[in-house]
Amino acid sequence: MNLSNSSLVLETAPEPHGNGPDLVVNNLSLTFPDRDQGLHVLKDISFLVDPEDFVCILGPSGSGKSTLLRVLAGLLTPTTGEVIYQGRGLAGPRREIGFVFQKANLMPWRTVRENITLPLELQHISKSVADQQAQELVNLVGLEGFEDSLPRDLSGGMEQRVAIARALVYDPRILLLDEPFGALDALTRERMGSELLRIWQARRKTVLMVTHAIPEAVFLADRVLVLSPRPGKIRLDMPVDLPRPREEGMRYSVEFGEIAKRLRYAIG
Amino acid sequence: MDLTNTRKTARASHRWLWSRGVYLVPVSAGLAILVWHLVSRYGGFPAFILPSPTLVWERFTNALLEGRLAYHIAVTLSEVLAGLAFGVTAASTLGYLLAKSETFERFLAPYIVASQSIPIVAIAPLLVIWFGPGLLSKVLICALIVFFPVLINTIVGLRSVPDELRDLMRSLQATGWQTFKYLEVPSAMPVFLGGLRIGATLAVIGAVVGEFVGADRGLGFLINIGRGQYDTALVFVAIFTLVAMALALYGLVVLVEMRLLSWQQRPDNSR
Ligand SMILES: Nc1ncnc2c1ncn2[C@@H]1O[C@H](COP(=O)(O)OP(=O)(O)O)[C@@H](O)[C@H]1O
Ligand SMILES: [Mg+2]
Repeated sequence: MNLSNSSLVLETAPEPHGNGPDLVVNNLSLTFPDRDQGLHVLKDISFLVDPEDFVCILGPSGSGKSTLLRVLAGLLTPTTGEVIYQGRGLAGPRREIGFVFQKANLMPWRTVRENITLPLELQHISKSVADQQAQELVNLVGLEGFEDSLPRDLSGGMEQRVAIARALVYDPRILLLDEPFGALDALTRERMGSELLRIWQARRKTVLMVTHAIPEAVFLADRVLVLSPRPGKIRLDMPVDLPRPREEGMRYSVEFGEIAKRLRYAIG
Repeated sequence: MDLTNTRKTARASHRWLWSRGVYLVPVSAGLAILVWHLVSRYGGFPAFILPSPTLVWERFTNALLEGRLAYHIAVTLSEVLAGLAFGVTAASTLGYLLAKSETFERFLAPYIVASQSIPIVAIAPLLVIWFGPGLLSKVLICALIVFFPVLINTIVGLRSVPDELRDLMRSLQATGWQTFKYLEVPSAMPVFLGGLRIGATLAVIGAVVGEFVGADRGLGFLINIGRGQYDTALVFVAIFTLVAMALALYGLVVLVEMRLLSWQQRPDNSR
């Protein structure tokens, strides 16, 4: 789909394995059997995502962004079309695909550490190994000292970091994030964005992130997809040609403003 | 959990007990006994109408020394515990199935609700006729009375498991058993234990009802004996023992709650 973009990624990072795209979405449509003729939420969506790309999905609320992400996670089956993950059709949830929900979605009865080790426990990985991996991630997301805290004692930003750590702990290839910073204040949000970039660079993941904040999309992404109002179609598929690593100062550059402006017009 | 956390939890439960006025219980009990004493002393009632606290206490120690009281307590307690175990097992199993399948629920709900309109005292004689005057009929009566609150709370608890957490478990490819163990059980536990708390006290009532209808042992039987012999002090002893038993069971469930649900934030209404 976007060759210039994949070559851009190749420049910054040598590809570790495979050479096809990580994710191919083919003519995907989804209709909820709600109304008489059904509620058409997604229509003829096609795009592909290269390994280690950071893709942001923008769109007005109700345009089907969450639905699209849930399809990509294997949590919903599309009405027509298909999702191909590393050359194979996606039939259901997979461990290689991590999901970060809009709400932090932590288990309130588990401590920070126990929340992070949950995916490993489900895979019967021994507690000592799991705890060690959790500790690495606690350090990565900057929650040292809170390992034994319960979610009720955390701020919104800290909860979201735990959620990200939980999605990273089993080392999925692809990370899907549904407005992960939606509930945070503007400053925390910017800081979390920078941290997500740092983590993405450290861990080398393919990331698809839904957001409704244009500057956030421009700052984070290699590429931005814009969905139209329902039924959601891809209205714009645009590379973000800002150099990496992204610096806070870039948010105020002319190029940044230009890209943001084009996205703003595309959303309408 | 580390020490600071345990200490915090202990402090929270302390505050909670205080806010519930638990520390006032000895004071109010002392006052009640004092009033009772004065009324029985100066009210001019014969002992078979209103025995004095001292008389009841003597009857209590007597019955204890004879070994009779302990025996009847053991009988009633085993009926209550067996009935609880049986009722809770059946109710939570059926509750789980009903929570999982709406069709099943719609199919069974009318019968379950209708069964609740029959008072347990009306069914108890039937159960004694069918299952004899022994342990079994009492256990079944206890189980029946415990059944409904536990069933309802199991269903409500399971239905309140957040969809997002179910999605999380799915996306982590958890098996059905893992979803049950790691998500459904802990998530439904607060509501479930609320049902168990009600069930524990109801079970004591069930055992007494059963013993009233037909039994030759147990605290309910003791009340019948005391009544027949105008040994009102003995009736008082049996009643107080039953109250203590119900309170102990209730307290046990509360302790389990404090232990298992320490992750829940107690609403701080002490001040
Ligand atoms: N499980 C569902 N059943 C029926 N309708 C749904 C369901 N999930 C979402 N929808 C509807 O699909 C539309 C798109 O929702 P969503 O994907 O959450 O949009 P967005 O995330 O872009 O705000 C909305 O109109 C929503 O009401
Ligand atoms: Mg959404």
